[in-house]
Amino acid sequence: MAGVLKTSPAGAAAARNGRRSGRGRKTLVRLVLVRLAASAGVLWGAVTVTFVLLQVMPGSTADVLLARSAVGPEVRAAIIAEYGLDDPLPLQYLTYLGRIVRGEFGESYVLRRPVWDEIAAQLPGTLLLVATTLLATAVAAVVHGVVSANRRAWVRSLFASAESLVVALPPFWLGLLLLTVFSFTLHWFPAIGSSSPAGLVLPTAALAAGPAAVVAGVLREGLLRAMDEPFVVTARARGIGEAALRLRHVLRHALLPVTTLLGWIAGSLIGGAVIIEIVFSRQGIGRLALSAVANKDMPMVIAVVLVTAVAFVLVTIAVDILTWVIDPRTRDAGR
Amino acid sequence: MPRSLWPWTAVLVVLAVMAAVPSLFTGIDPDAADLNAPLHPPSAEHWLGTDQNGRDLYARIVYGARPSLLIGTGAVLLALAAGVVIGVAAAQLGRVADQVLSRSLDVVLSVPGLLLVFLVVAVLGPGSGTAAVGLAVVSMPGFARVARSEVIRLRSAQYVEAAHGFGWSRAQVVARHVLPNAAGPVLALATVSLGAMIVASSSLSFVGLGPRPPTAEWGAMLSDSREFLALAWWPAVFPGVAITVAVLAVTFVGQHLNRRVEGRLS
Amino acid sequence: MTPAGGGPLVAVRDLTVRFPTRHGVVEAVRGVSFRVDRGQVVAIVGESGSGKSVTARSLVGLAGEGARVGAAELAFDGADLRQVRGRAWRALRGRRVGFVLQDALGSLDPLRRVGAEVAEPLRAHRIVPGRQVDAEVVRLLGEAGIPAPESRARQYPHQLSGGLRQRALIASALAARPDLLIADEPTTALDATVQRQVLALLRERVGDGTAVLLISHDLGVVAEIADHVYVMKDGRFVEDGPAAAVLESPSHPHTKTLVGAVAGHARGARPGRVSPSAPEAAGTAREVLRAEGLVKRYTLPGRGEFTAVEDVSVTVGAGETLGVVGESGSGKTTLGRLLMGLLEPDAGRVLLDGRPWDGLRGPERRAARRGVQMIYQHPLSSFDPRYTARQILEEPLRADRTPREERDRRVALLLEHVGLAPDVLGRRARELSGGQRQRLAIARALAPGPQVIVCDEPVSALDASIQAQVLDVLEDVQERLGVAYVFVSHDLGVIRRLSHRVVVMKDGRVVESGEMEKVFDHPEHPYTKALIDAVPRFSSRFRRVPGGRA
Repeated sequence: MAGVLKTSPAGAAAARNGRRSGRGRKTLVRLVLVRLAASAGVLWGAVTVTFVLLQVMPGSTADVLLARSAVGPEVRAAIIAEYGLDDPLPLQYLTYLGRIVRGEFGESYVLRRPVWDEIAAQLPGTLLLVATTLLATAVAAVVHGVVSANRRAWVRSLFASAESLVVALPPFWLGLLLLTVFSFTLHWFPAIGSSSPAGLVLPTAALAAGPAAVVAGVLREGLLRAMDEPFVVTARARGIGEAALRLRHVLRHALLPVTTLLGWIAGSLIGGAVIIEIVFSRQGIGRLALSAVANKDMPMVIAVVLVTAVAFVLVTIAVDILTWVIDPRTRDAGR
Repeated sequence: MPRSLWPWTAVLVVLAVMAAVPSLFTGIDPDAADLNAPLHPPSAEHWLGTDQNGRDLYARIVYGARPSLLIGTGAVLLALAAGVVIGVAAAQLGRVADQVLSRSLDVVLSVPGLLLVFLVVAVLGPGSGTAAVGLAVVSMPGFARVARSEVIRLRSAQYVEAAHGFGWSRAQVVARHVLPNAAGPVLALATVSLGAMIVASSSLSFVGLGPRPPTAEWGAMLSDSREFLALAWWPAVFPGVAITVAVLAVTFVGQHLNRRVEGRLS
Repeated sequence: MTPAGGGPLVAVRDLTVRFPTRHGVVEAVRGVSFRVDRGQVVAIVGESGSGKSVTARSLVGLAGEGARVGAAELAFDGADLRQVRGRAWRALRGRRVGFVLQDALGSLDPLRRVGAEVAEPLRAHRIVPGRQVDAEVVRLLGEAGIPAPESRARQYPHQLSGGLRQRALIASALAARPDLLIADEPTTALDATVQRQVLALLRERVGDGTAVLLISHDLGVVAEIADHVYVMKDGRFVEDGPAAAVLESPSHPHTKTLVGAVAGHARGARPGRVSPSAPEAAGTAREVLRAEGLVKRYTLPGRGEFTAVEDVSVTVGAGETLGVVGESGSGKTTLGRLLMGLLEPDAGRVLLDGRPWDGLRGPERRAARRGVQMIYQHPLSSFDPRYTARQILEEPLRADRTPREERDRRVALLLEHVGLAPDVLGRRARELSGGQRQRLAIARALAPGPQVIVCDEPVSALDASIQAQVLDVLEDVQERLGVAYVFVSHDLGVIRRLSHRVVVMKDGRVVESGEMEKVFDHPEHPYTKALIDAVPRFSSRFRRVPGGRA
């Protein structure tokens, strides 16, 4: 090429953004603060939506909160006083907002006990299941992904087909099959309603299979893509071994998309656990939520939705922090 | 289309016909209870056995195709329509509208999917329509985001810029280049979502938030089988096979279509 | 590891590299022989796909997955590389042979600190004791001309400029004091001034006795530092010899094309042609496009304002070419957009045929747009991916409701103008070659019958021989149809070849303008002088050699 003043896209971008100036650099503290503020906004939106729902549902708000439970007029009067239901709407909204912010989710008139007590009783069981599932997903996906990445094309496509199959299995059906085989036929694991550690194995397997297959696929793609990057050739040309190459260079790149995905999965597992808890008749938020929906127990429904939303949002922030740690490129400049 | 996809395409066609005209596949009434033959294992008379009420499982799976597939499909179509409208609006109506719509989508996304469906069901009451609406609410933000980013990407695409140079009006450029090219990725998401929505709708039926009994629905059939798990395996297996095969067919054919679209675009 | 002295450092005879694929065996290298002596710079020059990179990578066993390497002789410092298997390569890589790839952003692991990357060969080969590694890294970075090496070592690759990244990559390749440095397109992504500095660094290393095997598509780079040159095409060497001899009197037609691309003919110096003069004496040509005091600023979120174009005035006469020169970020692309009326200037105005853009609204403005068309650097992204070549060419004609028979006639004519065969019409753009795509883009730009075409780096993404053909088409079209060009490029050779008048841009301002000959031969502004100096060239003698066309 003639008289060469090559344009470099990176150089051009740097010139445009003034990137090297160092301004716009994100510290971890700033990242967390920004994300917390954004999350607070999102959660405020979610609370507002629930308030609007209470207003638009047929019947007076007091009736909605009471569901179909039969209570005396004095309880009804107490609800109206507590929620300020005689106040003008904006004031009602503020009262509602204030209660939620203080964690006062009120009383479940169907269960006749405070909503928060019930959630606190059920939450640990669900969180335990989510935690074991997340662990199983990560371990299974990394093992499967790493093993399958280093193979011939047709072997890889075989692995990919197997993953498609596992993803297509409805988790509740997988749970039923596992129960049929391992509990009722082989009697290896306790059937249903068990709270022993052995009772966690089948629900975890049923819940983790799909996500593990998805993550394994993404990890394998990531590994293969990273192996094609020019820095891999450079690293090899320095004379380092294949194991060191994978450990120091390739795996970190492949883990980037996996981190994001695992965060998303962790959030959706809170929902997925609902179904599995019902299959295995486990105690947990899932059963609580389902019976609340069936009984139109709105204080309980709203509390469960908001609590899981908070958990979801916290997981998202955790993923952002993890990405910040793994990928230095995200630390500079804004979006 | 590669040869290996032919069987899956055939499965899709069969399922579609089954959902449209189930009587082509069986003469047995799916709701006819034979109280003398509860939980009969598969036999020449009852190909896939009977359930706890003595109803023929094969007939129930055939008649279950319509509700089982319709909820998921309806949810995807609803989500597609609403998502595209919101996404295009966010991209085209200026910064304020974009901020309001995008943050609202964040709110929807902040609640785990299934619990959001629970909220919708709690408000509207259970049923097929509610299930479809609930699932559509959950998957709508995905469509809105893709539609929004596609329109924004294409607006500054060089071929769109070039088309302005030929003297087309703004509306003509959008109709000729932006919408047809944005359609690919949005439809790709739709095919991917369809499989997930079929699984999700069967999950809802499984926990009793789908169509009312005695409607034959695959998820609901699996739910019924739970109590008799120790006695009979067949009611717990065949409806699940039906769901899995349907999802696989949708996934594989969808993946193929997506690759075609991608190949055309790259 | 004492050097065996005596013989050549690298001796290669009849090297072949084959890649088995599903569609049969692809022969990337078809029997090449060369040698590299200690302290020598040997260059392999060729266009993309000529096999030059694969040749170099075969020396360290990294020709690629599934590559079948064969040779009558393949020796490094007397050791037979054909016997080397698996792990044994690692003793050679990094230790005896250093490797620098182009695109330092991708070649340094973006997730690791620069220091860790430079330290890798030190640790892999235990060059210095563990606790001295950090100090050695700082010393190496300093030696590669990186200022403040202590703090740079703690930064990540994306935080460094392109030039510093390339220096860091060279430092890492040289960390273990190898006998041979393979540099594969080491300066390709860099601006001319930075490119010069990196070449100087490489030359300095040769002073230390390290041999360099330089791989490049760019004869200009090679001319700067090579002792011996091999010219490669389709897997074979078509010519070789001492650099001076090959560059000054190329014998093979392909070499001539490459040489011609660097030398850059002045306008009208194409062999076998009558020199067409500028349409009329400059300044008296009918003015078709005029920009007055253009200013364009962008607001960057949280980072204040960035001025892309500052007080720029230019005029373009009918049938003439205005060259716009500048390095990346100089605002030349923004200027192109402003001239087309695709961007609104913050101040100043653009007049097309005496009518200002900002006075035009609605249908009038849309009709006026047809008067200025654009050719992009990457034609593929300027075509709707769903369209065939026929649809691409017909679109501008449909826009002004040209009747069907007339469209067919015009499409055929357009193809003829740009030298495309009618059989391309049924194909989509991505099924065409790079040169065909750019011809198609030119044809489409001509379709609305514009007075001016803005060409934004139209040949920068093309190999030299294709580049020459596309420039020929542009020149022919101008002669036949009298269309004016605003030709935006960083490439002085290309600008020189096509322009009647030139403006030089830096940081959004025009720093110099005038007749092409005057600006090139007697630059006045220091920046223009620096640009012209930075172009690697052979010798002053050389510029008069017209060089042939392939």
